[in-house]
Amino acid sequence: MAKALSNSEGKKNTLTTKRKKSRQKRRFFWTGLAFASPWIIGFILFKIYPICSAIYYSFTDFNMFRTPNFVVLQNFTNLVQDKNVIKSLENTAYMVIIGLPIMLAFSMLMSVVMNMKAKGMPLVRTILYIPAVVPSMASALLFLWVMNSRYGIVNQFINQVIALIPGFIKDALPFTLKAPSWINDPKWTKMTLIIMGCWGCGGTAVIGLAALRGVPTQFYEAAELDGASRWTRFWHITIPMISPTIQFQFIMGIINTFQYFTQAYMFNMFTTTSQVTGGGPQNSLLFYAINLYREAFDFLHMGYACALGLVLFMIVLVVTFIAMRVSDKMVSYDVE
Amino acid sequence: MNKKKSSPLFLAKRAVGGIIKYAFLIVLCAVFLLPLLWMISTSLKPNAGLLVFPIEWIPKEPMWENYVKVFQIVKFGTYIKNTLITSLTPVLGVLIATPMVAYSITMIPWKGAKIIFPIILATMMIPGQVTQIPMYITWSKLHLINTYVPLILPFFLGTPYYIYLMRQFMKSLPNSLVEAARLDGAGDVRILFNIIYPLCGPVLTTIGVLVFIACWNDLSGPLIYIQSSELYTIAIGLKSFTLTAKTQWELLMAANTVFTVPLIVIFFICQKQFLGGIATTSGLK
Repeated sequence: MAKALSNSEGKKNTLTTKRKKSRQKRRFFWTGLAFASPWIIGFILFKIYPICSAIYYSFTDFNMFRTPNFVVLQNFTNLVQDKNVIKSLENTAYMVIIGLPIMLAFSMLMSVVMNMKAKGMPLVRTILYIPAVVPSMASALLFLWVMNSRYGIVNQFINQVIALIPGFIKDALPFTLKAPSWINDPKWTKMTLIIMGCWGCGGTAVIGLAALRGVPTQFYEAAELDGASRWTRFWHITIPMISPTIQFQFIMGIINTFQYFTQAYMFNMFTTTSQVTGGGPQNSLLFYAINLYREAFDFLHMGYACALGLVLFMIVLVVTFIAMRVSDKMVSYDVE
Repeated sequence: MNKKKSSPLFLAKRAVGGIIKYAFLIVLCAVFLLPLLWMISTSLKPNAGLLVFPIEWIPKEPMWENYVKVFQIVKFGTYIKNTLITSLTPVLGVLIATPMVAYSITMIPWKGAKIIFPIILATMMIPGQVTQIPMYITWSKLHLINTYVPLILPFFLGTPYYIYLMRQFMKSLPNSLVEAARLDGAGDVRILFNIIYPLCGPVLTTIGVLVFIACWNDLSGPLIYIQSSELYTIAIGLKSFTLTAKTQWELLMAANTVFTVPLIVIFFICQKQFLGGIATTSGLK
């Protein structure tokens, strides 16, 4: 300080601006912290703390009533041998590996449709989006009725189509043509959920539409001059240009599909007669989250359920990491 | 060139193409709408009329009684009131907390901003099931089971996805706006709520509607935390009604219509802003 005072005028000025700057910096730090504080508190209370206590409970046999006993790794060794866990992993993997790509491809198709040029397009867009606003629980209840094997419109329609096919073709086929029993046949239950997912694809389709709109038109014009067909243009311009969006939706889709719950819960309510949460016909709709809910809130195996939750977290982390690595190679970010 | 464009063959080709296009769009729209129309149509039929072939889309004598019956069995009035509490309070919470956090990480030049944002993105990957059970244990220790606190409080403390959307939008606002206001001596609270907030109309609507829909739909939260039927939200109300009326599809569909229609109405009211908001905020740039 004293040194600064004895120095020339210019130096004094730079020093005071420096001090001003550092004071401002400190002010920014505190206001920044204050404005971010809701999230920081929420992060500690609703993320860090529960994860830590989940780790603690996963080593115990806690059931809400007794004081927890330490059982070391028993929950985890039980989990690996639990038939329900394995079945639920199979079902969940089916939804991630088969269901998710079908739903994403369909929603991309819908964004292409939404991007078409025709009269009344805003109305078409709105209609395609409406199912996305329908609550997932309501759409589950609706599809239980629409896909009802005897009275649902889908099967009434399929039966009418089958009735139109002449008899000699039917006789020549090695199998009998029959409308599937969507909700009660374990072979079709998951497909029913996937079809329902496609119906409600509006949310992802709108995001895809925004990405399509972002592709510069000069690219198409140049390609058209070079005589590229519509199909080539789509594969070589559109797809690479919107690939970051597809990747984002794919990653978010993986995370969400691992937590698939509400729709399956509603379906299972219809196919079970017991008080305990059902797993659908032959456990074909026993998803990971359903099984976890059942262990926690029907059987009150809280310790075990915490272990299940942590394992789910690990699986999601590993799978998304792999998916990001693999898809990063296919995504082109370099075009502006 | 000009000759080619006015030749009859070209015009015919274009007309056919147009017809195919419109036919495709009409069929597609019909497929998307049919389930909902079928729901409403079913809700207006007598139980015996459900099995009539061919399908009667518009019942000759609409059974409005079905709705009366449903309102008598299901206490929709109470449930809707409860659901408005459990969905409007979170909307309020998110609309206060989210812009604050987003403002902190986009408009205030402090060290934390660069650290916080990646963490926010990372927390989106934590499956709800991981934190759900320990939180249930904690809330029950605090004797807050069977209250709305566990359903509402988290929304006042920053939800990652909405912070992300908010941040995407705020990043597109010019920084000079804030700097100028700071030079004029405006405090950050005033800058946020008087300058930034009014500019965020579209995102705020989008986020508000998304939160409202999410809370209106939420089944797993109320399923775990709400036990007494006076506190039921419409989602668990409908769920417990389904258990008692498994084969009475006309009643189930009437209840389902009551559950769904408010959301479709809200969507139509804020459609323009809402779709625009989704499109601008989810752009990954």
